[in-house]
Amino acid sequence: MSALLQFEGITKRFGGVPVLRDITLTVEAGTTLGLVGENGAGKSTLMNILAGNLRSDAGRIFWDGRPFAPAGPAEAAAAGIAFVHQELNLFPNLTIAENLFLTRFPRWGRLPWIRRDALGTQTVRWLREVGLEATPETPVERLSAGERQLVEIARALSLEPRLIIFDEPTTSLSDRETRQFFELMSRLRARGLTMIYISHTLDDVLRLSDRVAVLRDGALVAHGPRADFDAARLVTLMVGRSLNQLYPTRACWEQSVPAPAVRPLLEVHGLTQPGVVRNVSFTLHASEVLGLFGLMGAGRSELARMLFGLEPFARGAVQVAGQPLQGNSPRRRLQHGVAFLTEDRREDGLALEASIADNLALVTLRRHARRGSGWLNRSALAEAVRSIRAAVRLTPTARDTAPARTLSGGNQQKVVLGKWLLAEPQVLILDEPTRGIDVGAKFEIYQLIHQRADAGAGVLLISSELEELIGLCDRILVMRRGELVDELRRPDFDRERILRAALHERTAA
Amino acid sequence: MSPEQQRLVMRALDAAPLVLFALVLAGFGALSPSFLAPANLVNVLVQSSAIAIVATGMTFVLLTAGVDLSVGSIMFVAAAVSGKLLLAQGWPPSLVVAGIIALGGLCGLLNGLLIARLGLIAFIATLGTQYVGRGFGMWLTETRAMNLPEAFTQLASNRLLGVPLPVIVAALVVAAAHAFLMRTPRGRQIYAVGQDAAAARKAGVNVRGVLWTVYVLCGLCAGLGGAVALAQIGSVAPTFGANKEFAAIAAAVLGGTSLFGGRGRVWPGTVFGAVLIQGIENGLNHLNADPYLYPLITAGIIFVAVLLDSARGRLRRTLGRRRIRPD
Repeated sequence: MSALLQFEGITKRFGGVPVLRDITLTVEAGTTLGLVGENGAGKSTLMNILAGNLRSDAGRIFWDGRPFAPAGPAEAAAAGIAFVHQELNLFPNLTIAENLFLTRFPRWGRLPWIRRDALGTQTVRWLREVGLEATPETPVERLSAGERQLVEIARALSLEPRLIIFDEPTTSLSDRETRQFFELMSRLRARGLTMIYISHTLDDVLRLSDRVAVLRDGALVAHGPRADFDAARLVTLMVGRSLNQLYPTRACWEQSVPAPAVRPLLEVHGLTQPGVVRNVSFTLHASEVLGLFGLMGAGRSELARMLFGLEPFARGAVQVAGQPLQGNSPRRRLQHGVAFLTEDRREDGLALEASIADNLALVTLRRHARRGSGWLNRSALAEAVRSIRAAVRLTPTARDTAPARTLSGGNQQKVVLGKWLLAEPQVLILDEPTRGIDVGAKFEIYQLIHQRADAGAGVLLISSELEELIGLCDRILVMRRGELVDELRRPDFDRERILRAALHERTAA
Repeated sequence: MSPEQQRLVMRALDAAPLVLFALVLAGFGALSPSFLAPANLVNVLVQSSAIAIVATGMTFVLLTAGVDLSVGSIMFVAAAVSGKLLLAQGWPPSLVVAGIIALGGLCGLLNGLLIARLGLIAFIATLGTQYVGRGFGMWLTETRAMNLPEAFTQLASNRLLGVPLPVIVAALVVAAAHAFLMRTPRGRQIYAVGQDAAAARKAGVNVRGVLWTVYVLCGLCAGLGGAVALAQIGSVAPTFGANKEFAAIAAAVLGGTSLFGGRGRVWPGTVFGAVLIQGIENGLNHLNADPYLYPLITAGIIFVAVLLDSARGRLRRTLGRRRIRPD
C-alpha cells in the first residue's frame, strides 16, 4: 500500500489563536481514517485546508506523493477530493439531477444545451449507488432531510473522487437510511476508495475505520489502527484539559453556608418541535449559572432561539418567574426580563455600521424617552452608556461614535453584552459568548456573567467549550440530538461523563 | 401546521395569481361585454408585447434575487437615440432596431459592471443608472417630443400570417428566454445563484458571470421592448418608459417570480403577469374609468402579488429549516 495523503506539520491560527498545531498524519490508499475530537478540536479546520476552503499557516500536504496546496474547492475537487459537509449545500429549487451536475451538465457537443437524456441516465446511476429511490427530476425541496443527505453523497460520488470526506453524515438519517449508508461505505471501501470519516458516534467510527486519529485542542494526540482503541479510551483521549484558561470563582462556591434560597426563574416544560428538539424540560433558578453543553448540531442554539421566541415550537410551555410566556416575539420576552445574546454577533447581535453608543442603547432606548414628549433624554442616555462602558470595561480608546465594526471581536462582544446588561434582565441566555475572542476579554466576560448571577439573575450559558462550562457553572445540562440526556451539579462535574453523554450512541444495527 | 398542511397552503398560494386572472377576466367581462370580444383580446395581447419583453428581462434579474430599476430609462435612452438616428441621420428602420437593442445591451453591461464587478447593491446601482439614463435621454432630446416617420411606426401594425408583429417579437423573446432558462447550463445556474449565491460559489458556479449575464440580457430586453413600444406609440416624449420598471417587476411577480430569488419562470409566469396587467388597464378603459384610478388599482394588485410572494417565502423557510433529528 502507498500513502495517498500526507499531512506534514500542518499549523493554523485564527486571529492569533492556534487551532491546528503541527499535525502530521498519513492516509494510505484504500483505507478509511476515522477522525474524532471534541468541538473545536480542529477536525473541520484540517479538512477545510485539505478541501481548499482554508490555507494552512505552515506545513505541507502531499497528495499522491506530490506537494499539494489547493487554492480553492474547485482545485481540490479536480484533484479527486470530495467533501460531504454536515451542512448541506444543495439547491432546494433545483432537481436532484441539476444539483448533481450543476457545473458539468452533459451537453450536445460544445453547444450550451443540456442533454436531458444523458443527464437522467447518469443521475439514476448515482442514485442507485446511494440507494435513493427518486427520479432525477424530483425537486430537492420535496425530499426529506435524510434523502437530501443521500443526494449530497451522490453528488460527491459523481465526481468519482479518489478520497471522500464524510463530516457527520448520519446526523439527519433515519436508522434505515443509516444502515444503507454504512452498506454503501463498505461497498466503496471494497472498491478501493479512500475515506475520511468524521463522527461523534464513536462506535460507528470504530466499526467503519481502519485507523483512527484523535485531535484535541488542535493537536494530534493519538493515531493508530482501530484495534488499539475502544470507545472508553477515545473519550479519555478527547477530553484532556486545556491549561491556558483561568476562570473566576463565585463567592457562593467557597462558603460552606447553604446556597441562596432556590427560586425558579425560567421553567421549561416538554418543549418539542419535530425534527429539532424533543420533550425538553428544565428549570433555571435565580442566581444560578446553568450550562448547556452539546456537540455541534445537538440543538443548543435552536433551543435558545425557541426560548427567545425566534423560532416556533409545536408543544410545551415556558414560564418566566411563574408567568407563562405567550406569543412568539422577542419583544414580549424582553418585557418579561429575558435577554438573549446570539451565537453570531456579526450577523445577529450587532449593528456593525452603527456607533458603539447606539448599539449599547438599542434595547433600552425607550427607557430614556422623556415622559410626555417622547423625545430622547440624551444626557441620561449618555450617562447610561458611560456607566455600562465602564461596567463591561470596553476599551477606552474607542469613541462612542465609532462604528461597532471597528472594535476587536472581544470588545464587540462586550458591546453586545453591555446592551443586554443595561436592560438588567432577570434571565440571561448566552449562546457562545466567548467565541473567537482573546483570553483577556474572555476572563472579563466570565466576570460579568458571575456578577449578573450574583445580582440575582439566572444565566443560561451555552458553550461548545466544556472547560468553560465546568469553570463557570453551578449546574450543567447535556444535550444530544435535541434531547436533554444528563444533568450534573458542581462540584460533581465529570468531563468524561459529560462527553460520553453528549456523544451519540448508536441505536441502529 | 404540519408539513403536509403547509404544503397544501403552498399549493393554494401558487395558484392564487391564476384565480386573480380568472376573476379579472370574469369581472370585466360581466361589466363590459365588449371586453371579451376576440378583437379586444388580441388588442390586449398587442398592448402587452412591449411590457412582456421588458418583464422577461426583469425575470432573469429577479431570479438572481437582484433587481433592475433602470429598464424604463433604458427604454427611453433607446427611443431617444433611435429617434435621432431616424430623423437626423436618416437611418433605415431595421438598422435602428438593431442599434436600439445593442444600446440596451450596453446599458446592461454598465449595470453588470457596477453590480457583478464592483459589487454594488443592485437596488442602488440601477437606481443610479435610471437617473443617468433619463438625464442623458432628456439632454439628447432637449426634452422635446419627437414624432417618428411612418416607415418606423409601420413596423408595429405589420402582420405576419395574420399575427401582429409585436406579438411575434414578444413570442420569440419569450421562447428564447424560456429555452435559455430551462435548457442551458447557464440558465440553470441562474436559479442556483438566486437560491444561495454563497453555496453556488462553493459548488463552482461562476457567480459573477451569471450576474453579468442577467443584467446584459435585461438591458437587451429593455432596449427591444423600448423599440416595440416606440413603434406602437410613434413618438418619444420625456416620459417615455417612465415607471415601466414597476410594471415589469409587477408582471414577473404576478407570474410567480419571487423577489427572494431562485423561483419563477418566463413561460407561462411572466407572460401571464404582463397580460394580466395590460388586461386590467384595457378593462378599465372599456369601463371609461377615471384614468387617475389606474395606478391605484394596478398598485393594489401588485401589493397582493408581493404579499403572496412573501407568504410563500416565509412558508418555504419554515419547510426548509435545518433538522437535527430524524422525526
